[in-house]
Amino acid sequence: MSTVLERPGIGSPLDRRDGRVKVTGRADYTADVVVPDLKYGVFATSPVTKARIVELDTVAAQRAPGVRYVMTHRNAPRVPPLGPPAAIALLPLQNDRIRYEGQPIALIVADTLEDATYAAGLVSARFETAPARTEIAQGLANAVKVEEGYDEPDTRTGDPEAGLRASAVLVEHLYTIGYRHHNPMEPSATTAVWDGDRLTLYDATQYVYGVRGVVAQALDLPPENVRVVSHFLGGGFGSKGYVWPHQVLTALAAREAGCPVKLVLTRAQMYTSCGYQPETRHAVAIGADRDGTLRAITHDVVYANSAAEEFPEYAAAGTRSMYACPSIATTHRAVKVDLINPTAMRAPNEGMGNFALESALDELAYALNVDPLELRLRNYAGRDPLTGKPFSSKKLREAYALGAERFGWAARPCAPRSLREGDELIGYGMASALMTTYRMPSTARVEMAPDGTVTIATASHEIGTGVRTIMPQIAADVLGVDPSVVTIELGDTDLPEAAGTFGSATTVGVGSAVSTAATQLKERLIALAVADPHSPLHGLASTDVELIGGEVRSRTTGRAEPCAGVVARSGAAVRAEATWSPSNDEYAMFGFGAVFVEVRVDAELGLVRLRRCVGAYSAGRIVNPKTAASQMTGAMIWGIGQALLERSETDANVGRFVSKNLAGYLLPVNADVGELEAHFVDEFDPHASAIRARHR
Amino acid sequence: MARSIGAPAIGPADGARPAGIQTTLRVNGSVRRLELDPRATLLDTLRERLGLPGTKKGCDRGECGACTVHVNGRRINACMTLAVMHDGDEIVTIEGLARGEELHAVQAAFIEHDALQCGYCTAGQIMSAVACIGEGHAGSADEIREWMSGNLCRCSCYPQIVAAVQTAAQERT
Ligand code: FES
Ligand code: FES
Repeated sequence: MSTVLERPGIGSPLDRRDGRVKVTGRADYTADVVVPDLKYGVFATSPVTKARIVELDTVAAQRAPGVRYVMTHRNAPRVPPLGPPAAIALLPLQNDRIRYEGQPIALIVADTLEDATYAAGLVSARFETAPARTEIAQGLANAVKVEEGYDEPDTRTGDPEAGLRASAVLVEHLYTIGYRHHNPMEPSATTAVWDGDRLTLYDATQYVYGVRGVVAQALDLPPENVRVVSHFLGGGFGSKGYVWPHQVLTALAAREAGCPVKLVLTRAQMYTSCGYQPETRHAVAIGADRDGTLRAITHDVVYANSAAEEFPEYAAAGTRSMYACPSIATTHRAVKVDLINPTAMRAPNEGMGNFALESALDELAYALNVDPLELRLRNYAGRDPLTGKPFSSKKLREAYALGAERFGWAARPCAPRSLREGDELIGYGMASALMTTYRMPSTARVEMAPDGTVTIATASHEIGTGVRTIMPQIAADVLGVDPSVVTIELGDTDLPEAAGTFGSATTVGVGSAVSTAATQLKERLIALAVADPHSPLHGLASTDVELIGGEVRSRTTGRAEPCAGVVARSGAAVRAEATWSPSNDEYAMFGFGAVFVEVRVDAELGLVRLRRCVGAYSAGRIVNPKTAASQMTGAMIWGIGQALLERSETDANVGRFVSKNLAGYLLPVNADVGELEAHFVDEFDPHASAIRARHR
Repeated sequence: MARSIGAPAIGPADGARPAGIQTTLRVNGSVRRLELDPRATLLDTLRERLGLPGTKKGCDRGECGACTVHVNGRRINACMTLAVMHDGDEIVTIEGLARGEELHAVQAAFIEHDALQCGYCTAGQIMSAVACIGEGHAGSADEIREWMSGNLCRCSCYPQIVAAVQTAAQERT
């Protein structure tokens, strides 16, 4: 009898399971959900920064056709400061203070979207304004250390100052990265439906349990009275990770107006309502011996932070662990600006700092006349330089080799400005990548029905990373069934609690919970089979029995029966629920990568275009190479955006972001993208998770 | 310093709702007679009145392509046009592309090449791709990149989108 599965679970490049509903327009994103008697919410927002409302006239808005309710700071119910995971504690519409441009000053509820939009335009106001600050250059002297957070603002090993002094070669540079906005294609959206004192929120969130907690606390409801649903997310990239004012305000407005309310942020409001990546400034100094051996690195970051709130940014986190070096110091200081709070954005922390570190390292390579890749290999870290811990697994050396080979790195012409095609110079470059592995506890339930189908239930989210596809693969792998018989229910607080879908942590955390629950289910099925006199496996030792090909089967005797039979005879579905939490902390855990690019640079104008990019990644075991590759090429394109296109300009005079749209803010488009290749090195991480994965 | 905002809203001076306008839309083969608010865009009408939320709103001002539909065979941004301007027009949305359970070649190619992640831009990408092929603008990868650049994808599935359009274009010829 064959024991080979036709379609193994983990490692198969299966098509996306929700591909069909997505290509036919049938996936229900938040703003698509229809509920009876639905009304529309629209914000009127402040055009000024750092101000006090001295006059607010809503009479015309109130009288406009179709308007049901107008909420302002004068009539809004009072709400206590929001607790975590709210991104900001102070809810708008609570007093006359304006802290940032774009802050809501009124929320209109009306019968149609047109009515509500029209009425919002009728709100008039007068403000008393004070000078505002929007750029870190305006406040460098007053930068502060944000102590509260999930990492250390400052780290120090060895003696960096002495190390830099003693170095034969020293490079020192200042790098800046502007404000950037997440701009998921789906704007944030919330529909609030009350039934007595029970609230259902259909919400575009990366964290349904987080929304439930914040809203329940704000509205003084028991958490079980609040249900949050998010079946499909049109991207988030961090902007929907924490909880923002519009979610709480929509729930409040629906209660006060006495009808279900749908509120969708406009694209312009997306720039001022749910965070951004702060402007950062990186002072990097690297000292090395003539042979390229690193002696000391310092990386000092200054970043923008809202005046009213605190957000910790660890942009130099990667510098702490990337290269072997006896002395490394990093610092982070915040400049208070009059904007809404920044938040995590793909890729948080290292995504910014790696650019500075790797650029400085490149300068060092050319100062030493050493190949940039060779310089990185000479300083390869075998252990985490910050903690001295071994890595859970690290195959960056293999990634360098794979990437270099696929790119043709060795054969390239090395000297700067040595290759020209017409008006353009052709350049080659490479960099290392590193991202902290975040591991968060999650719970999942897995059950097999009497017909042999399997259902996973966990309040994770489908944000485009393929959760609906890979979780069934993980369960199928454990249960020895074809992934096609496994489905998942997600995005609903009626399901077991899962961590938020951010930090590239879902495969590790939720995947481990699914695997653990599926393993318990498997044990239960085997126990049922060997105890059941009607089973051909009756009386066998459970250690002799495995689940494979949809059957319970004896390894030694070959006796077998379909799993479905075991479940059916037990009289009901068989299920197991398990929580996975990270338990070991004796290892340092990171995802690694090596990225190689070829660019064309207009010799006169300096305009840079990407011709091709090869990335090779060490990220642990890959559950689905197809969806994983899409994520990695997507990440490369985000790199193009960061390096060449994206920047949210602010105007300090008017105290706001200038181009709150998709025309003035340059997102990469198809024509910006050259040939991309993403590769993964073969890897099993034995320590990071229950499924040997380490990332995503 | 004092700053004020006034009433920039556009509408009748007396504040009455503008009178509805009788409009006939032919959407995905069926005739829909409606009394429409003249301020309603085609996009909002499809989504909020006609129960066709497959067409998405990303920007509401012609910058992202998420709302792409076909009107009389041409691709347009449904957010940039008022519904009442389309009396009698033939409109096809993402919901009307497949024949029953049989996917359009472009839809199938998008799944095959994993040309979507979150899927929010996908309706617009697919409607745009069908038109792009029909216009004869899918002759090479570079040509597709150029003629599909009105459709943003923040998940950044661009290489897969190019591959999917190429596959579907080849099947057609
Ligand atoms: S919603 Fe129409 S182009 Fe963006
Ligand atoms: S698939 Fe998410 S925006 Fe294109």
